[in-house]
Amino acid sequence: MDFFTLIQVLDATVRLAIPLLLACLAGLFSERAGIFDIGLEGKMLAAAFFSAAIASMTGSVWIGLLAGIGASLFLSGIHGLASITFRGNQLISGVAINFLAAGMTVLIAQSWFSQGGRTPSLTGAARFNPINFPGALTTTNEVKAASPLMQVYSELLSGHSLLVYVALLLVPLSWWALYRTRFGLRLRAVGENPAAVDTAGVSVVGLRYAAVAICGILCGIAGAYLSTALQAGFVKDMSAGRGFIALAALIFAKWRPWHALYATFLFGLFQALELRPDVIESVIGIKIQSQFLGALPYIMTVVILAGFVGKAIPPRAGGEPYVKER
Amino acid sequence: MSTAEPAIELKGISKAFGPVQANKDISIRVMPGTIHGIIGENGAGKSTLMSILYGFYKADKGEIFISGKKTEIPDSQAAISAGIGMVFQHFKLVENFTVLENIILGAEDGWLLKPSLAKARKSLIDLAAEYELNVDPDALIEEIGVGMQQRVEILKALYRQADILILDEPTGVLTPSEADQLFRILGRLREEGKTIILITHKLREIMETTDTVSVMRRGEMTATVKTADTSPEELAELMVGRKVLLRVDKKPPQVGEVVLNVENLRVVDEQGVERLKSISLNVRAGEILGIAGVAGNGQSELLEVLGGYADGTGTVTLNGETIDLTGKHSDGKSRRARGIAHVPEDRQREGLIMDYTAWENTAFGYHHDPAYQSGILINNAAIRKDTEEKMERFDVRPPNPRLTAKNFSGGNQQKIVLAREIERNPDLLLIGQPTRGVDIGAIEFIHKQIVALRDQGKAILLVSVELEEILSLADRVAVMFDGNIMGERAVGDTDEKELGLLMAGVET
Amino acid sequence: MDVMPKWAEVILVPLISLLLAAILSGLVILAIGEDPIAAVKLMVKGALGSTYGWGYTLYYATNFMFTGLAVSVAFHARLFNIGGEGQAMMGGLGVALACLFIPWPHWTLALLGAIVLAGAFGAIWAAIPAYLQAKRGSHIVITTIMFNFIAAAVLNYMLVNVLRPQGSMDPATARFPEVVHLPTLHDILGMVGISFSKAAPANVSLLVAMIACILVWLLIWRTKLGYEIRAYGHSESAAKYAGISPVKITMIAMIISGGLAGMMAINNVMGEAERLVLNATEGAGFIGIAVALMGRSHPLGVFVAAILFGFLYQGGAELALWTSIPRELIVVIQALVILFTGALDNMVRMPLERIFLALRKGNV
Repeated sequence: MDFFTLIQVLDATVRLAIPLLLACLAGLFSERAGIFDIGLEGKMLAAAFFSAAIASMTGSVWIGLLAGIGASLFLSGIHGLASITFRGNQLISGVAINFLAAGMTVLIAQSWFSQGGRTPSLTGAARFNPINFPGALTTTNEVKAASPLMQVYSELLSGHSLLVYVALLLVPLSWWALYRTRFGLRLRAVGENPAAVDTAGVSVVGLRYAAVAICGILCGIAGAYLSTALQAGFVKDMSAGRGFIALAALIFAKWRPWHALYATFLFGLFQALELRPDVIESVIGIKIQSQFLGALPYIMTVVILAGFVGKAIPPRAGGEPYVKER
Repeated sequence: MSTAEPAIELKGISKAFGPVQANKDISIRVMPGTIHGIIGENGAGKSTLMSILYGFYKADKGEIFISGKKTEIPDSQAAISAGIGMVFQHFKLVENFTVLENIILGAEDGWLLKPSLAKARKSLIDLAAEYELNVDPDALIEEIGVGMQQRVEILKALYRQADILILDEPTGVLTPSEADQLFRILGRLREEGKTIILITHKLREIMETTDTVSVMRRGEMTATVKTADTSPEELAELMVGRKVLLRVDKKPPQVGEVVLNVENLRVVDEQGVERLKSISLNVRAGEILGIAGVAGNGQSELLEVLGGYADGTGTVTLNGETIDLTGKHSDGKSRRARGIAHVPEDRQREGLIMDYTAWENTAFGYHHDPAYQSGILINNAAIRKDTEEKMERFDVRPPNPRLTAKNFSGGNQQKIVLAREIERNPDLLLIGQPTRGVDIGAIEFIHKQIVALRDQGKAILLVSVELEEILSLADRVAVMFDGNIMGERAVGDTDEKELGLLMAGVET
Repeated sequence: MDVMPKWAEVILVPLISLLLAAILSGLVILAIGEDPIAAVKLMVKGALGSTYGWGYTLYYATNFMFTGLAVSVAFHARLFNIGGEGQAMMGGLGVALACLFIPWPHWTLALLGAIVLAGAFGAIWAAIPAYLQAKRGSHIVITTIMFNFIAAAVLNYMLVNVLRPQGSMDPATARFPEVVHLPTLHDILGMVGISFSKAAPANVSLLVAMIACILVWLLIWRTKLGYEIRAYGHSESAAKYAGISPVKITMIAMIISGGLAGMMAINNVMGEAERLVLNATEGAGFIGIAVALMGRSHPLGVFVAAILFGFLYQGGAELALWTSIPRELIVVIQALVILFTGALDNMVRMPLERIFLALRKGNV
């Protein structure tokens, strides 16, 4: 394998890891506040559809992004209503949201566009287009011929859409918000012991809704990225289990922002390699089944959950509705 | 602050939970710079009243005045702004946060944590000096003891500039010496002009620390008196509504062979903490051995390991035959098969399935009994009939086997458990906190049943945190402290004072 | 305290939840520019108006009975088995192996053998997450989700690389031999002189599913094991006190649950497709969640809910055929049923409890 191939694989890793990272951070805010969310998948899917649909109608990806975030926030609202206000089962609510999104996106897509559950292809300002850094080479042949450093600069660092850089910035930002601000202190506290927050005179409900809303916004961006940056339009079930891989990454990262970055990039690498079986074969000399690579994030999560490699301890009040008691 | 205005005045507070009236038309006045006790049995409505004052529950009726000003307290935030701080019975601390983080939670200055933490660290030093409340600000809550955690709770309130401090059963988890220390701190706070409300069901604490005391019974306030003008006997009578029988009538024991013999019993919990260090004791036929001690000193673990649902090491024999303490033959099922019955400490979490009917609960743990089977199926009718008979003998009300456990009162729930365990005619009865949360009438009945079982020549191991209960029921008493037995006495040869010292870990 | 009478708990609450789900579904149909009344009429006609329709409705219902029972049994032990889909996939693998590699002399024996293998494969797939939960404390919901994906990967590998007949481009097994063909309702009812559509896939598995309903009912409410499963589901601490092993109950409940989910494959793989294809389960494992929630985890409730969902599935297919409403409408309905009967249960329950409390006070 030559250096350029490596750069290409890493470049694909970045592209594929970004939606995982956004969804993983989304889950992180929600679960740190004590609200389990297995509906990341559904929120991403809904956002992917509405971003693409509205972007194609208005011709503006920004309005599309807002619509995507709005759709995701709407589903977050349902999750909040079920799990915070009505103290329902958070897991069941998540399942319902996933199905709601899976069904509604196709239903509405069919009703609006009549293209078998897709949106029209997006072009121009209806997409997030690559941003090329100053001096970066753009054609594959040029890059291939350039020096290794230039290859890294042009292919790996430059040429991604705006959302990629936003997502990467969100990692330190999330860390800072969680560990260096009042909001973060309260958010972490409410996921560990909501009674402590309540008796300290802070609204548990308010904090948890805030967390669920942040989760909605981030899932919205993740979904918009899928349909307006990674792809050019929405297709049925396009989230393809990414919400669950993000969930796996969250466990893998033990609910910490920087580790979320590492975990999602690792899982992104698996996805990138799944597309390039030739690369693996040339590196380790044996053929690895693509199905195995696809399942690897799930297998690794099961292993880590079982505590064979370090123990993943979720926030203590996670999944439990808060009921006041003395 | 003028001394004429009460620091707190409650007028006509009422609160119902569904059909249960927890507080009925309660009025109370507490003067500033005093310690006011509120005493009453479990379930008398003390904690509900204080939770209303702290904005945890909303009263259905009534008014609250703070320093003479009518104040609405819809939530804890309002209570804190009104200068009220509360130390709950179960601490409200974030376990994996530091002391400092817990103290600023909800009382931060501004968006950023750094300045808040710095400010809190400084005030903490001042508060520590002022009230002898030393804690390590950077220690994690999960790594400090309960006494220390309680200090953090008090500091939380003081950091929020509370003038009124409510403590709900603060000594339940403390040793007597830790409790004394707490009361010294409360004394200091009173000197500084703070108003303190102390909720407890322990008469001794009321008599020793308070200036005035209110008595609650079944949701009503039955009296408010100056502590100096009353006596423990009078308070006890006000609490329960009639003279309490402090001693159960019983004959001298007809002691027989050793039934249960325990040697070097050791229990280590999942966190690796040694809960029982090396316990040795025995119980003979026809006697009651009482285990006294402050809650959390290993009594629960002793019952659990003897009851078969915690692992241990050491030698335990029943009627001379060894009992497995780990592995396949160490569970509740095999213990029952060996003739050990167990009335657990917490009937709602262990003794009963609250969503099961009375008849399903009567089979609980004995559901393998051949009398309850027909072929491979369970014979529901047989269990129901058995339950009906047991309910009648134990005067369970209402005597309806199809009613769900949660629909019975505490006393009747306990009778269902007791009937199930005693009627099995066991060689050994393990019984923990037999009358916790049980009304007076049922207490007497339950005590009589326990003594009657003893008089049939059965061995009984009684665990209770109520020293009075131990002294009135047991023939011998062993005191547990920190996973050890501090000493063993015949009930006739000891008194509360000596036992109290043993409970605090002091050799006598 | 019980605030509500039992009939309200068992019938009124689910009925109102269902009504809410139905109203919202109607609004969805309106929103996409179709007539809900006409849609319902079309669904009823398509799913229940002919023996052909019934044949499909009952075929789908058979799947949902198995998966609904699977989720219910786990629910009784307070375990949320979200992995019915993966367990049903593995069950399909079991059925395929049984039918392809064992020379059965008669379909009855083949059916028995397939039930055993399908159940065993599903049970194993549930037993691993159960073991990890019981012994290692891994959250069973997360592990069963992960196992769904792993099952899909395993199935994909087996169909593409191992079981695919030479020369075939289709990721599917060869067709099962004629001898393992299961009698359809047409064959069975024909014996007693009732004519039933020959084209519909409902088959003898329906009877197996109904027997499973009865057996699960007996298990949960009439055996010691069921008593222990429910006790553990209500209170783990009390179960320990009574000598009921949490590890044992978690394992057994999940093995039964996985076994039931796996057994679904006798219907869709052996009874209908007669070969194993990639997406054989078609989400039936997930519909089991909706069915169990709606049926309040009671086998009779599961039976009724499964038939309702069978109707929705077949009716939805008819809608997709004759109108511009896509099949995904049933996914939306399924989501709404899960939402209202599961997650938003308290939204229905709280006001009802207030009403009953007020009524009771009025009487006193």
